[in-house]
Amino acid sequence: MGAIAAIAGREFREGIRNRWVLGATLILTVLSVTLAFLGSTPAGTVRASPLAVTVVSLSSLSIFLVPLIALFLSFDGITGESERGTLLLLLSYPISRRTIVIGKFIGYAAIIGFSVIIGYGSAGAAVLAFQGGDGVFGYLGLIGSTVLLGMVFASLGLLVSAIFKERATAAGMSVAVWLLFALLFDMALMAALAADDNQRIGPSLVPWLLMLNPTDVYRFFNLTLLDDVRTFAGMASLGRAAMPDAGLLIAAMLLWVIIPLAAASLVFRRSDVR
Amino acid sequence: MSIARPPTVYSINALTRRFGRLVALDSLDLEIAEGEFLALAGHNGAGKTTLFKLMLGLLPPSDGNIRLYGRNPAESGAVFLRRRIGFLPESAAFSGNLTGQETLRFFARLKGVPSSGCETVLDDVDLGSARNKRVRTYSKGMRQRLGLAQMFLGDPSVLILDEPTTGLDPESRRHFFELLAARKQAGATIILSSHTLSEIEEYTDRVAFLRRGKLVACGSLGALQADSGLPVRVRIRAPSGLAERVGETFSDVARIKRLNGSQVDLFYSQADQSEVLRRLGATEFAGGVDVRPPRLEDIYHRYQGASISTATDDEET
Repeated sequence: MGAIAAIAGREFREGIRNRWVLGATLILTVLSVTLAFLGSTPAGTVRASPLAVTVVSLSSLSIFLVPLIALFLSFDGITGESERGTLLLLLSYPISRRTIVIGKFIGYAAIIGFSVIIGYGSAGAAVLAFQGGDGVFGYLGLIGSTVLLGMVFASLGLLVSAIFKERATAAGMSVAVWLLFALLFDMALMAALAADDNQRIGPSLVPWLLMLNPTDVYRFFNLTLLDDVRTFAGMASLGRAAMPDAGLLIAAMLLWVIIPLAAASLVFRRSDVR
Repeated sequence: MSIARPPTVYSINALTRRFGRLVALDSLDLEIAEGEFLALAGHNGAGKTTLFKLMLGLLPPSDGNIRLYGRNPAESGAVFLRRRIGFLPESAAFSGNLTGQETLRFFARLKGVPSSGCETVLDDVDLGSARNKRVRTYSKGMRQRLGLAQMFLGDPSVLILDEPTTGLDPESRRHFFELLAARKQAGATIILSSHTLSEIEEYTDRVAFLRRGKLVACGSLGALQADSGLPVRVRIRAPSGLAERVGETFSDVARIKRLNGSQVDLFYSQADQSEVLRRLGATEFAGGVDVRPPRLEDIYHRYQGASISTATDDEET
């Protein structure tokens, strides 16, 4: 445990020194505060609480921004160490490669957690202070699930980093991962649904297909968790029976964290040290 | 009374490591005893770094075996063995954003040793005054010394160093080897690779020559000198004409090379050493005599240029 904490601590400290933490926190704070105030303006007409409206706005922002931040943070976790020449020394210590992967992951998760909690937390606090209203529970769910979304992509970034030996290739593959989950998957699914015309892919199957994309799981979680949010997000028409419950959605996201991380550890363990 | 042999630290038998079709190490046999200072020499790509990775358990062998204190260092349960090893890779690199002290504390935690010893180790390598500066501001020599400091953490019994003095100035090199000598004095086993053969000659007990993944020679400097078949050189300096006349009296045991009127080199086989020295002692002339046995550099070129079987059979060229 000491070694994992040491590696995680080093990643976090480096994140502070190289301004990663500052940059990510600033971006998330500025964008979330802006969106919170711009996005909650129409709340009066639909009688949704300002915080619920903010949840909808921010969850759409998160789907694009948070995976990008997490992937940029983690894609060279192993490849970068190898290219800088620091990996061989690290591996010569009495620690397993799994320890390195887990330590780095925890460090990245801490950076993401810090940035999201400060960034989204300040937006939520500002909305509550200036506009009041309820929906704190849903907003806390947004913060927690956003951190989880970041962890999913930090885990995927580490997997990319373990597979590809060249930093440039790993960077390219990270962009591909982001494109796939942030854009292409949903477009492909919509195209498949349109082509299928309810023949084979029924409405009950769609929520389960969305589980194959962590950003969709995240979206589902935030847009359906609270009645208030559901109304504003236009999800109320979906039958409750067809929806996986919140626990299942969190479990799906946790699997999206654990499986790539375990795969990263396995690939790293089997790869030769250059 | 018999002297007990020191215990074996590394036992390497028919060790082969392939990367695809490339044979990086080929049927290597080597025993390294406790307290020994062994140097590895060889051209770039000879297999030195691969051997170090196998010694650390970072690569499994393709064939043969390697044992560290009787255990395979590459097996998953043997990670703890690395606590007994200090390793300094070639051109040690560190995160530039951390200070020297933070870096060392990080490595101390990885090794499971108290970080309280870090300051002493930093003082030992003359980095005490720079401990709070970020590593990105360190010179090459300072980084190398930081590498040395992390290697000493936890007082390991085996030290492995890959080209440790590359890029260091002569004073830093001397200090570097003095620190290693102190560790050897304390009982550490040291395995080091270097291209600077004069260092190896001065400090190590044994030298192993690698060539294209094969161990072509291994022994103490004296044994290598004898096995190499290389001649001893005597340079005779005397007033003009006299040096040549003295040199000619050795024509039956030595090859004579005239450098100029006042200097002559004699090359003779090591077996004739006592005869040549006896005759030189008996010759009375006003001048200087400089006896130079084959140096490690000569032996290195001998083994790097030919395989071991031909190297020992060939005559001096």
